[in-house]
Amino acid sequence: MVRAASVPVSFPILSLIVLLPLVAAFWVLLAPGSEDARAANARITALVVTLIELALGVVLWVSFDTSTAAFQFVERIDLFAPFLSWHLGIDGIALMLIVLSTFLMPFCILASWDSIQKRVPEYMAAFLLMETLMIGVFASLDLFLFYVFFEGGLIPMYLIIGIWGGARRIYASYKFFLYTLLGSVLMLLAMIYMVSVAHTTDIPTLLTFNFDPEVQTWLWLAFFASFAVKMPMWPVHTWLPDAHVEAPTAGSVILAGVLLKMGGYGFVRFSLPMFPDASVELMWLVFGLSIVAVVYTSLVALVQSDMKKLIAYSSIAHMAFVTAGLFVFNTQGIEGSLLMMLSHGLVSGALFLCVGVIYDRLHTREIARYGGLANNMPRYALFFMLFTMASVGLPATSGFVAEFLVLLGTFAASTWLAVGMTTGIILGAAYMLYLYRRVIFGTQDNPEVLAMTDLNPREIITLVPIALAVLWMGIYPTSFLTPLHAPVANLLARLHHAAPPVQKVMPATAKGPAK
Amino acid sequence: MTTLAQSVHLASVEAILAGGVFVTLMIGVFRGDRSLVPLTWVVVAIMALGGFYLGVVPAAGATGFGGLYIADGFSTFLKVLILGAAAVSAVLALPYLRQSATARFEYPVLLLLSALGMCMMVSANDLLSLYVGLELQSLAAYVLAAFHRNEAKSSEAGLKYFVLGALASGILLYGISLIYGFTGTTSFTALHAVVRGHGASDIGVLFGLVFILSGIAFKIAAVPFHMWTPDVYEGAPTPVAAFFASAPKAAAMGLLLRVAIDAFGGMTFDWRQIVTFVSIASMLLGAVGAIGQVNIKRLLAYSSINNVGFALIGLAAGTREGVTGVLFYLAVYLAMTLGSFLCVLQMRGIDGEPIETLASLSGLSRTRPWLAAGFAIFMFSLAGIPPLLGFWPKFAVFQAAMDAHLYVLAVVGVVASVIGAYYYLRVINSVYFADPAPTFAPADSRTNSALIVVAAVFCSPIGMLAITPLVAAAAHAAAALL
Repeated sequence: MVRAASVPVSFPILSLIVLLPLVAAFWVLLAPGSEDARAANARITALVVTLIELALGVVLWVSFDTSTAAFQFVERIDLFAPFLSWHLGIDGIALMLIVLSTFLMPFCILASWDSIQKRVPEYMAAFLLMETLMIGVFASLDLFLFYVFFEGGLIPMYLIIGIWGGARRIYASYKFFLYTLLGSVLMLLAMIYMVSVAHTTDIPTLLTFNFDPEVQTWLWLAFFASFAVKMPMWPVHTWLPDAHVEAPTAGSVILAGVLLKMGGYGFVRFSLPMFPDASVELMWLVFGLSIVAVVYTSLVALVQSDMKKLIAYSSIAHMAFVTAGLFVFNTQGIEGSLLMMLSHGLVSGALFLCVGVIYDRLHTREIARYGGLANNMPRYALFFMLFTMASVGLPATSGFVAEFLVLLGTFAASTWLAVGMTTGIILGAAYMLYLYRRVIFGTQDNPEVLAMTDLNPREIITLVPIALAVLWMGIYPTSFLTPLHAPVANLLARLHHAAPPVQKVMPATAKGPAK
Repeated sequence: MTTLAQSVHLASVEAILAGGVFVTLMIGVFRGDRSLVPLTWVVVAIMALGGFYLGVVPAAGATGFGGLYIADGFSTFLKVLILGAAAVSAVLALPYLRQSATARFEYPVLLLLSALGMCMMVSANDLLSLYVGLELQSLAAYVLAAFHRNEAKSSEAGLKYFVLGALASGILLYGISLIYGFTGTTSFTALHAVVRGHGASDIGVLFGLVFILSGIAFKIAAVPFHMWTPDVYEGAPTPVAAFFASAPKAAAMGLLLRVAIDAFGGMTFDWRQIVTFVSIASMLLGAVGAIGQVNIKRLLAYSSINNVGFALIGLAAGTREGVTGVLFYLAVYLAMTLGSFLCVLQMRGIDGEPIETLASLSGLSRTRPWLAAGFAIFMFSLAGIPPLLGFWPKFAVFQAAMDAHLYVLAVVGVVASVIGAYYYLRVINSVYFADPAPTFAPADSRTNSALIVVAAVFCSPIGMLAITPLVAAAAHAAAALL
C-alpha cells in the first residue's frame, strides 16, 4: 500500500489483515498445474492464510488498548477521491468481531477439506474473498468503504450457495441476493443523504454529527431496512432458512457466524450513535419485532424436520435477543447483545459443523433418518451436547453469560419485554433438546446410521478449539467483555446526551433490585 | 470571427477522420475485400491519430465555422470515448466477419464515417450542425445494421432501424423548425440567451423542445422511443450490435446534455419533468423487460435501455455533479458493454456457430473458465454491485440526484437496480450454476482476448483506482458546459 506521508506511519496491520486473503485468493485462482495439484494447492494455501489471519487477529487483540473508546490502528489514504477513502480503524466492538471472523475461517476451510471435491480453487478463493470482505466491514472507518465491503459480501456468498449448494440452491441464492440487496440500496441512499448534509464520509466525524431529528427517523428506517434483513429480523427473515439449508456446511458457518453479525454491528455502529433520537423513538418497533421473532421462530424451529433449518430458525431467535438488548440503552443490554453475537457466532458455527459431520456420512439432513448416534459416535455425541447446551444457555457456557446479561438489560427497560424474551429461552431449550434427543438417543432402525464412524482427527481438530472458546467465554467472560466496556460506555454517553431514554429506564432499574 | 483555416484547425479531428474515410474507401475499392484486415488497422490508426490531435488542438470553448462548431473540454472528453469505442468495435469484428463470409471492406469504412458523424454531434453548437452530425452517424449505422444483406434478420433489422430512425429524424427536424420559428435562431449560444430571456414562457418553444428531446431520445433508445432496440440488436451482426450499444449512445447522450443544459439551460424546470419521466420509464422498463428474455443480445439491449435510464438521472439533476456523473457513467458503461459483447462474440459452439440463447450458456464456466469469469465481472458490474466499478457511476448519479433533492427519482432508481440485478443474476446462473451442456469452441482471436482482459480488469475492483482520474476528467469536461 502507498501511504500518505502526512499520516504518522506505523505498521499497516489492518490493511494487511484485510488484503492478505485477497492476494491469496488471486494466487489460488491463478496457480498453474493439473486439476489435482491446483486443488491441493488451494486447500493448503487457504488453510495457511486463514491461520496467519488468525494470528494477526490475536496480535490485534493482544496489542489493543482497552482503556479507550477511540479508534485504534487507524490508517487513511485518500485513494478513491472524491467518493471515498481507504480509511481503516477499529474499536473494541469491531476488534472482537474481527477476532471472531478470523477464528472461524480456518475451521471453515478444514470442514470443506474432503466434502468439497468440485472446483476446489474457486471455492477456496470465494472463502478467502469472503474473509477480506468480512474483516473489511468491521474495520472500515469510511461510510462508503463500509458499504462496499458490506454489499460486496453478497457476490462470494451468492456463488458459494449457487455453485456448491444443495438441490434448491438456485432459488436460495436468488432470494439471498435480492433480499439483501433491496435492503442495502435504501441504506445507500440514506448514506448519500448523510454525506450531502454532513460533507464528510468519515465515520468518527459522523458519529458525533447531530442530524435533524425529523430526518433521523427516515435515515434510521433506511438503515433499518438493510440491517433488519441482514440480521435477520422477523418478518424479513425468510431468506435465511433457505440460504442455510442450501449452502454447503462452511457457507452456513460463515453465514451464521459472521454475516448475521453485520446487522448487529450496523445497529451499534450506525443506527444507535448516529440517530439517537430516532432510535429512542422507534425502540418499541424493535422490541415488538424481537418478541414476535423470539416466540414465532422458536415455535417454527420446534416443528422442523430438517436439522439445518432448525438451527437457522434458532439463529433468528438468538438474533432477536441481540436486537432487543441493543435497544434497551443500558450497559448490560448492549454488552450482553455484543457477547450474544460472539457466542452465537461460535455456537451456531459449531452446530452447523456438527450437522456437516453427519451430513458427510449419510448425505441427508432429515432428523428422522438419524437416531441413536450415542452408541456408535460417542465423541460426536459429546461435542454435539456441549454446543446444544451452549445454545440453550446452560451456565458455564458462553450462551448463558450472554442471555443473562441481555435479560438483565431488558428487565431494566421493561418487564414485559423481559417476559417475552424469557419465553424464547424456554422454547429454545425445548427445540434444541428435542433435536438432540431425536438425533443422538433413541433406537437405531437404520442400518446406514449404525455404520457411521465416529469423528476423525480432522473433525476433532475442527471442533475442539471452538468448544474451548465456548467454555472460556462461559467461565471467564471478562476477557471478552473488557474490550467492549469503553466503546459501550461511549455509546451510552452519546445516547444520553442526545435524548433522555435513560429516564424511561430509570424507574425500571429501581425496580430491579426489589425483585 | 474565425477564418476558415482556423476553423479547420479547430476541427482537426473531424478533418482527419473525413480524409481517412476517402483514403480508406479508395483503398477498399481498388484492393477489394481482401483488404479488410489491413483496412481495419488503418482505420484504428486514423482514429488514434484523431485522438492524438485532440490533445494538440486547444479546446477552450472556441467556436468555428461561423459558430456552428465548438471544441471544448466536454466535446474532447466525449470524443475520446467515441473514438475508443469505435476503434474497439472495428477490431472486435474481424474474427466474426471472417467466419460469416461477409468479410467486406466497407465495415471499417462505415465505422469511420459513423465516428466522424458522432464527433460532429458532440461538437455541434447549432441545431443544424447537430442534425447533420446525427444523420451522418445514423446513415452509416443503418447500413451497418443490414450488413449481413443475405440474411433476412439482418436486413429486417436494417430496415426497421432505418424507418424508425427516419421518423425520429423527422420529429427532430420538426422540432428544430418550431424552435427556429419561435425564437428566430438555431444557434445554441443565441438560444441560450433567448430562452433565458422571454422564450421560456413561450408554448411554441416548449413544443419544439419536446420534439427535439423525442428525436434524441430515439437515438439513445430511451423509453418510450426504445422499441427498435431489442429487434435491431438481435438482428444486426453481433459486432454491429456492440457498436450500437457503445459509441452512438455516448455521442447522443453528449448531444442531449449539450442541448438541454447549454441551449435550453433557461428551461431546466420544463425539461427536467420530461427527463425524469424518461429516466424512470427507461429504468423500469429496461429492468422488467429483460426478465423474460432468452436471447443474450436482446437481454443486453434491455440492459442498455436500463443503463440509459440511470445515466439520465444525472441529467435530471441538472447540476455540474450530475453532468460529471453522466460522463463518468458513459465512460464505465462503454467498457462494460463492449466487454459483454466481446464475451458474447467468443461464445461459439464447437462447430463455430454462434451461441446466443441464455440456456445454452450452461457449461461455459467449465469449458471456458476465464471467459466465464470475465463475463461474470461484466454482469455484476452492470448490475451495479460494489466493489465492481459499475457501481460507482450509479453511485455518482444517485449522489447528484440526492443533492438536487430528487428523492423519488433516486428511490425509484435503486429499486429498479434491484429488479435489474435479477436478470444479470440469471446470466450468472446459466454460466455458473446450471449443469454443463455442450462444450464451447476455444478462443479465436488474441486481440479480442486481450481486449476482454483489459475491460474486465477495468470493471473489476482494481478499476476503482481509476475513479479519481476519471471523475476528475469528467468534472473538467462538465465544467465546460455549466
